[in-house]
Amino acid sequence: MSIRRRIAMIVSLFSVLTVAVIVWAPTVGSTSISLSRAFNTSLPWADNVDAQIFFVARLPRVLAASLVGATLAAAGVVLQAMLRNPLATPFTLGVSAGAALGAMLAVIFQLEVGILGISSVPIMSFVGSLAAIGIVYALASSQKRGLSTNVLLLAGVTLNSFFSALILFVQYLADFTQSLRAVRWLMGDLDVGSYRPIIGAAPFIVAAFAVFAILPRTLNLLSMGEDVAAARGVEVVRSQRLAFLSASLATGAAVSLGGPVGFIGIIVPHLVRLLVGSDHRVVLPAATLFGAAFLVLCDLLARTIMAPLELPVGIITALIGGPFFLWLLVKKS
Amino acid sequence: MATGQKVLTTKVTKGILLSLFFFVSFVSFVVDVGAQQPKRIVSLVPNVTEILYAIGAGPQVVAVSSYDEEPPAVRALPKVGALLDPDTERILTLRPDLVITYGSQVDLQSQLTRASIPFFSYRHGDLAHIMATMRELGARTGHVADAERAASALEARIAAVRARVKGRPRPRTLLVFERQSGTLQNIYASAGRGFLHDMLDAAGGDDVLAEIEKESAQASIENILTRAPDVILELRSADRLSAAAMQREVSSWSSLASVPAVRNHRVIVLVGKGLTVPGPRVAEGIEQMAKALHP
Repeated sequence: MSIRRRIAMIVSLFSVLTVAVIVWAPTVGSTSISLSRAFNTSLPWADNVDAQIFFVARLPRVLAASLVGATLAAAGVVLQAMLRNPLATPFTLGVSAGAALGAMLAVIFQLEVGILGISSVPIMSFVGSLAAIGIVYALASSQKRGLSTNVLLLAGVTLNSFFSALILFVQYLADFTQSLRAVRWLMGDLDVGSYRPIIGAAPFIVAAFAVFAILPRTLNLLSMGEDVAAARGVEVVRSQRLAFLSASLATGAAVSLGGPVGFIGIIVPHLVRLLVGSDHRVVLPAATLFGAAFLVLCDLLARTIMAPLELPVGIITALIGGPFFLWLLVKKS
Repeated sequence: MATGQKVLTTKVTKGILLSLFFFVSFVSFVVDVGAQQPKRIVSLVPNVTEILYAIGAGPQVVAVSSYDEEPPAVRALPKVGALLDPDTERILTLRPDLVITYGSQVDLQSQLTRASIPFFSYRHGDLAHIMATMRELGARTGHVADAERAASALEARIAAVRARVKGRPRPRTLLVFERQSGTLQNIYASAGRGFLHDMLDAAGGDDVLAEIEKESAQASIENILTRAPDVILELRSADRLSAAAMQREVSSWSSLASVPAVRNHRVIVLVGKGLTVPGPRVAEGIEQMAKALHP
């Protein structure tokens, strides 16, 4: 089978799975609704509870989950390949810690300024992630020759712990309910309640995916080593810059939308590699699609498993992701 | 055989003597504590501080937690940390003879035990627990009569509200005490237990989340749409809220058009610092809620 046909087949299989999940997920929930009633346009909107549950409660949630899941999984693939480190996640380079600090400041100082109907928490978290990206990028490119992936990793990890310390400090100064809210934000929450935050995050994510689309061949070469890639005509520094900036920007936007949902960025890429091999022309689209489906399913569990109580989705992804990741580690060694 | 019996008798006598000794020392300890009214109270729990002032034990309070603001008299007192970060050293240097701690502050409690400083362990409970705490602290601080008066006055006010709303239709109410401003995210509401639930009950409303056996629950949008509350009552812990801010908070709910509370314009924001404090201001909170539910 030619490589093109293989890619097309695998990607269409994953597409079918993902589309099926996204179509099915809004029809299930803690309450049962009648779909024919939900789509009955002759009923006045204000009287149609089923339609509101479908369009106001579930659909934005499913869309947010698929967007966040796809982004984190794809960013994980890109960063793992670029850093040549299987343990890299979208959060390794400090983006999520910056986002968390921003969100925390918005919660604790009760900033009320919102832009275009998006509240201050997601905006501040996006600003925080941009600050983190800026700092890490400046540090890594301060070396004479290009972008050092080692410095990138070390700067990211250090920034993560530095920001975590700042987060704890800010939390320590805050009052009790605010701290609780801030901690809750860290567990991830996809109950966005309207389409506005999704529309706000989407442009950044779409732009990043446009960059991802031209990366796979380069990532294949980069994962063999910078010298090999350079010998094959890859502009190493430029590609690394593109990969880092696009993956980080997308991660920042995703985190501001759904909170730092853990484990997606590391499990999904590895799982997909186990299933389809390591060619990034397949892995990247497959992981994107699978990430979307996976987070939508995790969120479905989060909102139904203990209904009417709701579990934070980050708990579900970590509960499933943790054991899986350990199994993977043992198996690989 | 005879020797064995003798040994046994000695053992029994020793046992009796020993328990007698413990009994006597226990009684003398209790009498001792009872006789000595605490004169230097440190309170680490803000709502209990309010209770202490309400039962006339205010003059005995020498230090409070860093979150204490009410009554205004406490603002001049030294602050000695709070729930998670009690400043044990400062507490000890103040030489208190009673420390009000929260039930979960076990480290502090064991340190106080080691320093032979009596403490009172408090935990939030239901509405009746507020009055019970008043009476208990009255006995502990030597203000039995004042505490009884304050507790009965609160009970009478609550009973008056109950009497006023009795027989009226009880609106199914979502009692929100926390929400990400301007959005419908991170909504926390009172559930089937605790003083907020009881306050709503006394004010003549039925909690839509009553079957959840917890003090609070995160209410998802789907959940709110399904439960379809008649009234959404939002508690805002602030001194005041501008008209524009109030309007903005109320209109955050407008996308849930099918919820009766939204449709019938019965989303009500109650503003007040004391609304969520289980202390002597609880009757005011209940009266405000009742006024909102049964205008």
